[in-house]
Amino acid sequence: MAEEELIVRGLTGVDMSLRIAGPGTRSYAFLTDWLIRLLIALTLILLAVMYRLLPSGLSALTRVVEIPALVLAPLIYFLYHPVLEVLMRGRTPGKRKAGARIVTIDGATPTVGPLLMRNLFRLIDSMPVFYMVGLGCCLFTEKRVRLGDLVAGTVLVLEEADATRTLGRLGEAMRHSALPLEALRLIQDLLDRWRDLEKQQRTNLARGLLAKVDPQCQLLRESAPSEDALRDRLEALLGGRS
Amino acid sequence: MAADRDPSAAVWIRARSAEWQTLAAETAAVPQRAHATVDEALRTLRTYRAVARHLASARRLLPGSFLATALDSACATLHLAIRRQPRFGRARLLTLFRDDIPAAAASIRTTTLWIAALFVASALAGWWLIATYPALVSMIASDRMIDGVERGHLWTDQLFSLAPPELLSARIFSNNVVVTLGAFCSGILFGLGAFYMIAFNGLMLGGLLAFTHQYGLAHGLVRFILAHGPVELSVMCLAAAAGTALGESLIRPRLPTRTESLRRRAAELGPLLIACALLLLGSGLIEGFISPSRHITIPVRVAVGLGYWTLMLLLLSGKLFPANIRRTASRSSASAAGLSSR
Repeated sequence: MAEEELIVRGLTGVDMSLRIAGPGTRSYAFLTDWLIRLLIALTLILLAVMYRLLPSGLSALTRVVEIPALVLAPLIYFLYHPVLEVLMRGRTPGKRKAGARIVTIDGATPTVGPLLMRNLFRLIDSMPVFYMVGLGCCLFTEKRVRLGDLVAGTVLVLEEADATRTLGRLGEAMRHSALPLEALRLIQDLLDRWRDLEKQQRTNLARGLLAKVDPQCQLLRESAPSEDALRDRLEALLGGRS
Repeated sequence: MAADRDPSAAVWIRARSAEWQTLAAETAAVPQRAHATVDEALRTLRTYRAVARHLASARRLLPGSFLATALDSACATLHLAIRRQPRFGRARLLTLFRDDIPAAAASIRTTTLWIAALFVASALAGWWLIATYPALVSMIASDRMIDGVERGHLWTDQLFSLAPPELLSARIFSNNVVVTLGAFCSGILFGLGAFYMIAFNGLMLGGLLAFTHQYGLAHGLVRFILAHGPVELSVMCLAAAAGTALGESLIRPRLPTRTESLRRRAAELGPLLIACALLLLGSGLIEGFISPSRHITIPVRVAVGLGYWTLMLLLLSGKLFPANIRRTASRSSASAAGLSSR
C-alpha cells in the first residue's frame, strides 16, 4: 500500500510530514520539462539547419555555429535533468510548475551524488518505452518512487508554500478578527481562489459564506450584490473590521 | 472545530497569532536566500525551533487542523533549508578525485578482474563462433558492414566522410556513455544485466575480429582500436564490475534491508561512474580525431593508447594528484573540521 506522507524526524525531535507526489504529478512535471528541453534542442538544430542555407562564402561559419549547435542539442536534451536538479537543489522548471521537489528520505535537500544517481537510472526507468518501468515502480512502491529514486534514496514530495503563506495571513487575521479559526480559513481560501473562480461561482460562494459567518450583513438582503462589495466585506471580516 | 469548542485552544491561538505572522514571513524568506550570513543562519535555527514548538502544541490542541498542517509545512521548509549541504566546491572536487574514486575502484578490484576475464572469454568465444560458422556474422554486424568488408573496406575507413570529427566524437561519446552506464544500471538485475552486456560486447568484438580476419582486414580494425580501445574497454569492464557489485548488494545485503544495502553501495560506487564518464569523454575525442585518421602511424597510436591507459590507472589509484596538493587539501580539511568542532 502506497504511503501518502513521508514522515521526517525533525532536529528538535518533532516529526514533520511531507506529502509524497504521485505518478500524476511526476508525469506532469516530466512532460513540462520534456517540452522545454525539446524546444531548446529543436531551436539549436534549426539554427544549424539555417546555416546550411547560407551562401557558400559563409561556410567558414559552419564550424563556429553548426557543429556546436548539433553537439549542444543532444547534450542539453540529456543533461537537462541532472544539471538543473543540481543547480536548483532538487527542482526543475517542470517540477516547480507541478509544485514538487526532490528530497532525501530523511527530508534533506539532496546532494550532487544522489541527484546524479537518480538521473542515471533513467536509462532503466525509461525502458521499454514511455517510462513504463519507472511508472510501474511508482505505482507499486511504498513511497511512490521510481527505480532511480529507490537507488539514490530520494523521494518526490509536494511543496506547500501556500500553506506557509496562509499561516502568516491567518496569523494577522486572528489578531484582529473575532471570527473562529475555521471561518477565517474559509474566507482566506475563497479570497485566494477569487480570480480562478467563475464570476457566478464566486458570488454564490461569497454569499453562502457570509450567510454563515455574518448573517446580519446588508449585502445578503440585496437581490444582486456586486462582487466587489462581497469581496470587500470578506476582506473586512478577515481584517477584523465589522 | 476544536478551537471553537475548547477554550484553551482558542486562547492559545489568539496568544500566538502575532508570532505566527512573523514566523511565516521568516519561513517564506529562507528558501529565497542563496547565501546566508551567520546571523541569518542563526535566525533560521531559532525560527525552526519556534515553529517546531508550535507544531507540537498544535498537534496536541488541534489535531488534524489546518493550522497543524500549515505549521507542519513551515517546519518542513525550514528543515530542508537547515539540512542543505554546501555547494559542490573545489575542496569537494579534490576529495572526489583523490579519495572517493580510488576507494570505489579499489572496492571492486577483484570483480573488475573477473569481469575482464569474462570479456576476454566472450571475445574468444565470438572469434571461434564466427570462424566456425561465418554465416552467423549477420547476427552481430549490419548488412552494410558485411558488404563493405566483403568488398575489402572496413566500415571505419569512411568515418571521416560520414561526419566531421567533432560530431563524430560527440556521437561516439554519447553511445559509449549509454553502453557503459547501461552496464552499471543493468547490474540492478542481481548483476545479470552487467554480465549480459559484457558477454555480448566481448562476443561482438571477437566475432568482428574473426570476420575481418577472414578478409585480411583484421589488422585495420586493430589499428583503429589501438588508440581508444584500451581505455574504452577497461571503462566498460569497470562499469560492469560496479553493476555486478550493485547486484551483489541485493543478493548479499550488508545492511538490515536490501534497499538500504543497494542505496549504500550505489552511493559508494557513484564517484567511479563520474570517472568513467570523464574517461569516455577523452576516449570519444581520440576515437573521433585520431583513430579514423590514415596519417597517424601505429607507434603513435600505441603511445596514445598506452599513455591514456596509464592516466586512467593513475586516476583510479589516486596517484594523479601531486603530494603537495594532497597535503594542502588535508590541511584545509583538518582546519575546516577544527572550525566545525568549535
